[in-house]
Amino acid sequence: MYDGWKIILGLIVFVIIVTLPFTMSIGRDYVKPQPSIDTPEIQKMEKKQCIESKQYMREAHIKLLYSWKDYASREGKRVYIASDGKEYTISLQNNCLKCHSNKEKFCDECHNYVNVKPYCWDCHIEPKVGGLK
Amino acid sequence: MGIGLAFIIVLGLILFAYIGTEILGLESLFAVVFPYLAFVIFLIGFIRRVVKWGKSPVPFRIPTTAGQQFSLPWIKYSKVDNPVTGWGVALRMFFEIAFFRSLFRNTKAEIINGRLYVGSNKWLWIGALAFHYSFLIILIRHLRFFMAQTPTCISIIDSVDSFWQIGLPMLYMTDIIIAAAALYLLGRRIFNPQVKYISLPSDYFPLFLILGIVATGILMRYFSRVDITAIKELTLGLAYLKPTIPEGVGSLFYIHLFLVSILFAYFPFSKLMHMGGVFLSPTRNLANNNRMERHVNPWDYPVKHRHYEEYENEFREKMKKAGIPVEKE
Repeated sequence: MYDGWKIILGLIVFVIIVTLPFTMSIGRDYVKPQPSIDTPEIQKMEKKQCIESKQYMREAHIKLLYSWKDYASREGKRVYIASDGKEYTISLQNNCLKCHSNKEKFCDECHNYVNVKPYCWDCHIEPKVGGLK
Repeated sequence: MGIGLAFIIVLGLILFAYIGTEILGLESLFAVVFPYLAFVIFLIGFIRRVVKWGKSPVPFRIPTTAGQQFSLPWIKYSKVDNPVTGWGVALRMFFEIAFFRSLFRNTKAEIINGRLYVGSNKWLWIGALAFHYSFLIILIRHLRFFMAQTPTCISIIDSVDSFWQIGLPMLYMTDIIIAAAALYLLGRRIFNPQVKYISLPSDYFPLFLILGIVATGILMRYFSRVDITAIKELTLGLAYLKPTIPEGVGSLFYIHLFLVSILFAYFPFSKLMHMGGVFLSPTRNLANNNRMERHVNPWDYPVKHRHYEEYENEFREKMKKAGIPVEKE
């Protein structure tokens, strides 16, 4: 090769950069997120069911909450009719957080895992450790 | 024709991934086999291509430059555009790679009222710059799916990219920019007759492929939504070499992943190799020192030659007889 050492050096840098996704996590623990639904309110429920199906909530709770924000604060609409016909109060604090009172073990578990930083608590009162009492 | 073929191929790839995961249920193929295969093809293919290029001889420096070359000490010469030193070359390469300096010089010729006008045209330069930097930032952002704990630098890039806090999930600037820039680069091949004339399927295909990747990515984030926690389990499994296929990952994600795999596998065999090639462009990475240093052409074959002395030694007697003057008696 002509100018071989320069090209080989470049290729080594290339390989290091490209394999970063594999090498960055060497020696780091792989912790699976386990959001906990073990709160007093949820324990009281007979059928442990959120307002929509689990898969829908996992995928699209952010869109639901975002539309709730518009309903509640812009249109003054405070009733959400779920896909199964049940009615719920549109309120993060009085509805969502009533059951999911364990932010650290529920919200943060996945949000930290995928590095999502929602700005809910810029306006809403951030729940304290050990529930909202 | 070229554009239709490229479009149909990309559409076929999308359909293939959809049928493969949604109907045939071959998740393991699309989640594990194809990504790993694509990565290996990319890595080995890339290195082989660069080594092959490295082996080609560069007989002489090519002074296709845009500045005064070094000649006499009292003539000012252009140190970056026409360098004679290694540092000058390094700087020229830096400007080329980081700011696409050659594209900056792009001109456009037009006949207006029967007269030819040549003017500067920066649109391609701006489009290319926007496209490449958005792509880079998006790639870096995606590293959050490949590490258990996302490092702060990636979080910072993430938050700067979603700086405007538009909507929820927050809108990334780069998503808009890459879509606009890729559409511009495609539109230029469709609406500019000169560029259209020289465009081949291999020009359209990567554009459609990247547009497909961008579209599926945007759909997943802003519109149809996917289970991102499950997806990170999948990608982390790939990074930790312990592949798992979690439940609840829709075919939209598999289409995205499959198109990315195709992009990586296609990379070393295509024009996309300009990523490695830009470092090896002979008109950019060689100092213009043709007259200062001796450059031996490696293609020169050893010419058989004979000194006059040997010649005369062989034919001296005959030369004398014929009356031809000789140097030694």
